[in-house]
Amino acid sequence: MSDPGAEHQEHAAGADTARAHGPDEPHWFDDEAGPVVRPYAMTRGRTSHAGQHRLDLIALVFAEPAADDPVWELTLSPEHTHILGLCRERPQSVAEIAAELDLAVGVVRVLIGDLAEEELVHVTRPVPPAELPDESILREVIDGLRAL
Amino acid sequence: MAFGRSSRGAMHAVSPVEPLTLKILVAGGFGVGKTTLVGAVSEIRPLRTEESLSEPGAGIDDTGGVEGKSTTTVAMDFGRITLREDLVLYLFGTPGQDRFWFLWDELAQGALGAVVLADTRRLADCFAAVDYFERRGIPFTVAVNCFDGAERHPVVHVREALDLDAGVPVLLCDARDRESVKDVLVGVVEHAMSTARARRRSLTAGS
Repeated sequence: MSDPGAEHQEHAAGADTARAHGPDEPHWFDDEAGPVVRPYAMTRGRTSHAGQHRLDLIALVFAEPAADDPVWELTLSPEHTHILGLCRERPQSVAEIAAELDLAVGVVRVLIGDLAEEELVHVTRPVPPAELPDESILREVIDGLRAL
Repeated sequence: MAFGRSSRGAMHAVSPVEPLTLKILVAGGFGVGKTTLVGAVSEIRPLRTEESLSEPGAGIDDTGGVEGKSTTTVAMDFGRITLREDLVLYLFGTPGQDRFWFLWDELAQGALGAVVLADTRRLADCFAAVDYFERRGIPFTVAVNCFDGAERHPVVHVREALDLDAGVPVLLCDARDRESVKDVLVGVVEHAMSTARARRRSLTAGS
């Protein structure tokens, strides 16, 4: 443990601030931390998933057949269940899920990561335009736009 | 139009093709009509998504952890166009007077192209966007939103004022008009196509 005196100096400005140092402590942020922290309470302070590539805003999230099992509604958080429900209706982009839940994209990424870990969803990786095999896709985009 | 995949996916003999998603950015100054443009062609009413830039991993503004106390929230309004069952285009526009979307780097990553929406009464407002896309090598077109009553500057004057490369298309548009916005988007994709072609040529020509 660190020297309590030094800790006092560090947090001199804040009242009753964070005491915890371990990741298991649930209340380790203080009020002054501002709005960036509170959403992450939903993710238990996690901001990313180990071993997972960053989910693109237009990555699509698909519900797996296992998600149809109603047992998940009992064990998952309301936010997880909400995401699962949306994706069972049709595949959703990360951006759409964030907008629908009215949560920051970073938070939604963690929640989707949880669901992927449980193998309740899988997520596509969008193809960067530079990696498109040829022009045919772009021609199809142009034709599709004209036909709108 | 809905995706062709039902929740009873197991009933399909052949697993359906997963849609390919692409994105186009819509940038420009405050009040120039970016969200209007997105709304003119989107099949959904524009949705809003937000990101906190002090989020770890956000790059420039990285504070190393959620204890970061300064935060900028960047909002994007976006729309969706399902071109085909397996081809979906997303449009992302920056609402309000938010100057910080440039810091949201990942937004530009993998973008097919961009539209810089300009108002001739305030051309300087789009300098930053033009600069950004030039530096990143993202193909973009400039679309001059012709507001009612605004003086219609000839395209050539806009090009000069913005000091654009000869290859950057400049067109006039009405961000409220679906047909006009379709033309703008077609212009972006065509420009992206010719840019990619030119890059491939220079790659094969190079050592």
